[in-house]
Amino acid sequence: MITAIRNYYVFLGRCARIAFVGDWRYYAWMGLLTVFCLLGLNAYCRQFAHGLVTTGMSDQVSWGVYIANFTFLVGVAAAAVMMVIPVYIYDNEELHDLVIFGELLAVAAIFMCLAFVTVDLGRPDRFWHLIPGIGQLNFPASMLSWDVIVLNGYLLLNVHICGYLLYSRYQNKKPAKWFYIPFVFIAIIWAVSIHTVTAFLYVGLGGRPFWNQAIIGPRFLASAFTAGPALIILALQVIRHVTQYRITDKALLTLRSIVQVSMIINVFLLMCEVFTEFYAGGLHITSSKYLYLGLHGYHALVPWIWTAITFNLTAMVLLVLPVSRSLKWLNLTCVLCITGIWIEKGMGLVIPGFIPTPLGQIVEYFPSINETLVCFGIWAFGLLCYTIFLRMAVPILQGELSKANEGI
Amino acid sequence: MAENNQSRNPEIQYIRVLQMENGSLDMEKAVHDYDPEKVPVKGHFYMPVQCQQCKNPPCVKVCPVHATWQEPDGITVIDYNWCIGCRYCEAACPYWARRFNFTKPSIPADRLNPEMDYLSNRPRSQGVMEKCHFCLQRTRAGRYPACLEVCPTGTRKFGNILDPNSEVSYILKNKRVFIQLKEELGTSPRFFYYFDV
Repeated sequence: MITAIRNYYVFLGRCARIAFVGDWRYYAWMGLLTVFCLLGLNAYCRQFAHGLVTTGMSDQVSWGVYIANFTFLVGVAAAAVMMVIPVYIYDNEELHDLVIFGELLAVAAIFMCLAFVTVDLGRPDRFWHLIPGIGQLNFPASMLSWDVIVLNGYLLLNVHICGYLLYSRYQNKKPAKWFYIPFVFIAIIWAVSIHTVTAFLYVGLGGRPFWNQAIIGPRFLASAFTAGPALIILALQVIRHVTQYRITDKALLTLRSIVQVSMIINVFLLMCEVFTEFYAGGLHITSSKYLYLGLHGYHALVPWIWTAITFNLTAMVLLVLPVSRSLKWLNLTCVLCITGIWIEKGMGLVIPGFIPTPLGQIVEYFPSINETLVCFGIWAFGLLCYTIFLRMAVPILQGELSKANEGI
Repeated sequence: MAENNQSRNPEIQYIRVLQMENGSLDMEKAVHDYDPEKVPVKGHFYMPVQCQQCKNPPCVKVCPVHATWQEPDGITVIDYNWCIGCRYCEAACPYWARRFNFTKPSIPADRLNPEMDYLSNRPRSQGVMEKCHFCLQRTRAGRYPACLEVCPTGTRKFGNILDPNSEVSYILKNKRVFIQLKEELGTSPRFFYYFDV
């Protein structure tokens, strides 16, 4: 028992050490991310001292770009399941060795999600009020309490699965199926649940007709399963470029077909929503009008949403055409998907829910510089985490970092 | 403001009086900022909106930490010491009745109202929600809310609906038109509007 614990500590220690070793590109990248993290931390300290007045939010638009990023990143985290399903249910061989990169991305994405909700709190020092036992979690009435549970649960599941598989590989042992396969299947359902619950956070508000629609949930899933795998494709391209790890073109193309189908469904659902809103008309469509066309001379979001729609449609066309089988074009397509969906789900979903207010007032929202710096900081932190995870995982998977070469 | 120890800078107010055009209850046509020489402006009427003290309050349902709840006498209150400032209740409220302390509220020392209640008018801190509580510190002592006392036209009425002999019961039974704002949402406000003409 004691040796087992000691071995595990040696493993963790070696992983930690390797995170600080790399070539000049690695140092440059990590240095850059650290700079952004620190800038973000500095901006957050300012916010912590002066309050959320340092953001662009107001009583009228009371959630902004923090919650927008949070919503997007929950999708990225959930999307790991699009690699898990082919591998564990359909025994896809190409993706088999890559699925762990998707799960690690999910872990990093959840870190970012938790950071984004924390910076959005007016009293982050009271976060412990959410912890059952010492706090008072309003479960099951509040959808936010569901979100706390599913996000942290998903984090634990993925940390367990990745950690166990990597440690087994490190020890050169075959992982015991009973110790991770059940969790993999729970994680599949759990992944869908994290994004559904996040959608219900909005859908459950009867006073906000823009959000109070059943289609938001399915749209969330479709867009998540587009942007998430697109992000994984880009990550795999980078891994392939900077390490010796073998990633086949076929694996990337498998992911491409996932992105392809999801994007088509996503655009279809968007069309359903736009039709329902505008064809029937009525008073409840004012938020949509504000988003797509502008309202009474206010149109801050119009350029955003049309950029998103253009990107999404272009990406869809590229994905359908054989041209995106060429990996260069595929990269471009993925960038379009990610940006398009980030806008659509972030600025395009969260902000118009507040405009006009329930009393018909129009107050526009623009993120402040301080708020933007915090966002960059959190993204840099997430990328930093993901890079470290990969820096540990790749040598382990290649057998360069294993129990056999301890002490060398 | 003085009664409830409202922040003077930034100003936080619980009641928003909308200037509406005659003939429509569409709040989107309401004017929020107006400063005419004389009120009422011809062809308009005024509709004050504040916390409706719903029977089914969406804000209470969504609060993740039970920091806001409905008291046995029907008033929805906030524990300023327990609120984490997530602003989910502000998003959930169909009446835009909740306010957030985006920065440290300030009250001049000589204007502080020393008669305070834990759940109502004690000074709030930065980063928490607040809202109208029907001046609990007064109404529970048998006095009218401050808004009734200052209303120059006697438009506001307050009382116990459960008491069949109260003034509000009389109004609800006998006045011709009364509405609950956004009745279709099922929040069942205990704040009614009636037309006395």
